[in-house]
Amino acid sequence: MAHSSDTIAPEHTGAHEHDDHHDHHIPSGIKRWLYTTNHKDIGTLYLWFAFIMFLIGGAMAMVIRLELFQPGLQIVDPNFFNQMTTVHGLIMVFGAVMPAFTGLANWLVPMMIGAPDMALPRMNNWSFWILPGAFLILLASLFMEGGGPSFGWTFYAPLSTTYSGDSTALFVFSVHIMGASSIMGAINVIVTIFNMRAPGMTWMKMPLFVWTWLITAFLLIAVMPVLAGAVTMVLTDKFFGTSFFNAAGGGDPVMFQHIFWFFGHPEVYIMILPAFGIISQIVPTFSRKKLFGYASMVYATASIALLSFVVWAHHMFTTGMPVAAEMFFMFATMLISVPTGVKVFNWVATMWRGSMTFEVPMLFAVAFIVLFTIGGLSGLMLAITPVDFQYHDTYFVVAHFHYVLVTGAIFSIMAAVYYWLPKWTGKMFDITLAKWHFWCSLISVNVLFFPMHFVGLAGMPRRIPDYALQFADFNKWISLGGFAFGLSQLIFLALLIKACRKQGEPVSSQVWEGAEGLEWEIPSPAPYHTFETPPVIK
Amino acid sequence: MSEQAKNNQKMVIKLLVIVVGMFGFGFALVPLYDVFCDLTGINGKTANSAAVYTPIEIDESRTISVEFITRTNTGMPWEFRAETTRVKVHPGELSTVNFYVRNPANKQIVAQAIPSVSPGVAALYLNKTECFCFNQQPLLAGEEASMPMQFYVDPQLPDDISFFTVQYTLFDVTGKGDKLAVKENPYLREQPESGI
Repeated sequence: MAHSSDTIAPEHTGAHEHDDHHDHHIPSGIKRWLYTTNHKDIGTLYLWFAFIMFLIGGAMAMVIRLELFQPGLQIVDPNFFNQMTTVHGLIMVFGAVMPAFTGLANWLVPMMIGAPDMALPRMNNWSFWILPGAFLILLASLFMEGGGPSFGWTFYAPLSTTYSGDSTALFVFSVHIMGASSIMGAINVIVTIFNMRAPGMTWMKMPLFVWTWLITAFLLIAVMPVLAGAVTMVLTDKFFGTSFFNAAGGGDPVMFQHIFWFFGHPEVYIMILPAFGIISQIVPTFSRKKLFGYASMVYATASIALLSFVVWAHHMFTTGMPVAAEMFFMFATMLISVPTGVKVFNWVATMWRGSMTFEVPMLFAVAFIVLFTIGGLSGLMLAITPVDFQYHDTYFVVAHFHYVLVTGAIFSIMAAVYYWLPKWTGKMFDITLAKWHFWCSLISVNVLFFPMHFVGLAGMPRRIPDYALQFADFNKWISLGGFAFGLSQLIFLALLIKACRKQGEPVSSQVWEGAEGLEWEIPSPAPYHTFETPPVIK
Repeated sequence: MSEQAKNNQKMVIKLLVIVVGMFGFGFALVPLYDVFCDLTGINGKTANSAAVYTPIEIDESRTISVEFITRTNTGMPWEFRAETTRVKVHPGELSTVNFYVRNPANKQIVAQAIPSVSPGVAALYLNKTECFCFNQQPLLAGEEASMPMQFYVDPQLPDDISFFTVQYTLFDVTGKGDKLAVKENPYLREQPESGI
């Protein structure tokens, strides 16, 4: 336990202040984590923060599923139910998925491109440490008179401008801070990748995780400011008498949806492109083959990112758009399935005739490919304008975006953690626990989300605390699946605590037999400072 | 400052320009949206100011039905109805419809009517020469008024449209107005003699 400089658990250092440090550059205790500018420390902070947020947002999902376990209103009142759906969404998007990807970028991007650290370490520290404040503000609003935000994570006007409580101000400020944090993180990633690559690390030699994150970072700086603008307009409409979204003053509530989804659709790809990068790292390792179609992967990612700016109104088919616009957004949306299909094809082709083994990261990666594709297909169904009129705002939509975000983004993050955790701690994680975690999650997540397709097609609306009796059986199963999925994550928590306590077999620097890349050439656990002299790129 | 740090700083400045630009773009979307909708008429908004009627040839070969729907926004207590709910007009022909309003509340309320045309594209061809919706309308407690709307349909109206609906929604804008030109409603009806 003496090497607390290498542990990945922030809470440990506080308890071990009396340990003697072998590395004298690192301050001890809480100060190490508050003042750190080391990309590995900050990556660790981001990942733990994201995991804690994942558990908090998950607890809110448990409240939602508890209420929906039976028809009728029994556990919570509708206003609180609405707060749960809203804050669950906000926390999972801005508190869990995005910080987890930023944490992975912090840990991995410098190691993958042979840089000693991120380009702007001081800003890196800030971009993490403003996050806990943002979420403290958001969570505190739940305990205010009138409760927290209850208008859905999409905060449509006039729900957020006319019918919301005073805590809307807290919601707006917390979103501002989250946005600032994301923008700073994105700027850091871009500058690092542009300026800090080791000599010989040309663009088309960069690992795909780096490529996908670079493109994601550009999406972030393009759309997070638009979100900041949207929440600012909500703030001034609600508290300062402007009429951006108020028809009486010459505004237009539908315009809110246009501005929001101009941010919101690229945001969807912000939450999935790094996942594509992760899967593109893991699948070749355990197939013992080079990634099939590297260049096409890069171009596919870039085209998905570009297309994401011209499809936003597919979230708004039922707002009364003219037919020509509905046609345009329908076909533009369907076009995205081409580059996405290229990616899925390339992953499958990488596995084809590979010498495959199914270690835990690979299990998650294969589950990702199958389940993400299911989510992609239901997305293609939703893209068809005439059928979207039936599916709009039903549980079919809930099923769709949970397949792409939970079994997509979250599964990829878990795959990434299992893949790189031995490199971070120097010890192999508890494989038995990991397999329990995988199989319990895999089965329960499908019990949880698959029946949502059926109740959605049958017309069950989303965001409503009660439902017609005909949906009772399915909802019982969905809730049971939800509780099981929630409990399964406690296995993950136990595994991570064990891993951070440095329990387990020591691993080689290579860790996985087929792994390739600069991060596997440095010792395990990764030293506090790496690549202070640039590596030689073959 | 090292070469590296200089390069980083340059890049950060460029990226910050993008960030600030996109924040501005978010707000620029507001006027852009209005301009786009004005040009294409896709959200059914009509012009906010009076059109001038120049006598044009009335196209008697076509008859257009125009239907009027009224509603009040949540929390707006006024009675509000169109005195004629449907008119048949030839394109180019001037027509007037009156709308009845009464303020049943015990205080003055200022109203703003917001029009919406469906199908949206018809809004481009609905020319209003006079409308109560151009101004905010005050009514004292118990007052009632008959508010006119005079319009003609542009003969350029696409052939596939023979029927469209104009909906007015009344919003309570008491205390929020800066457009209020008159203290008294110009369309006021005669008050009953007896003091109520």
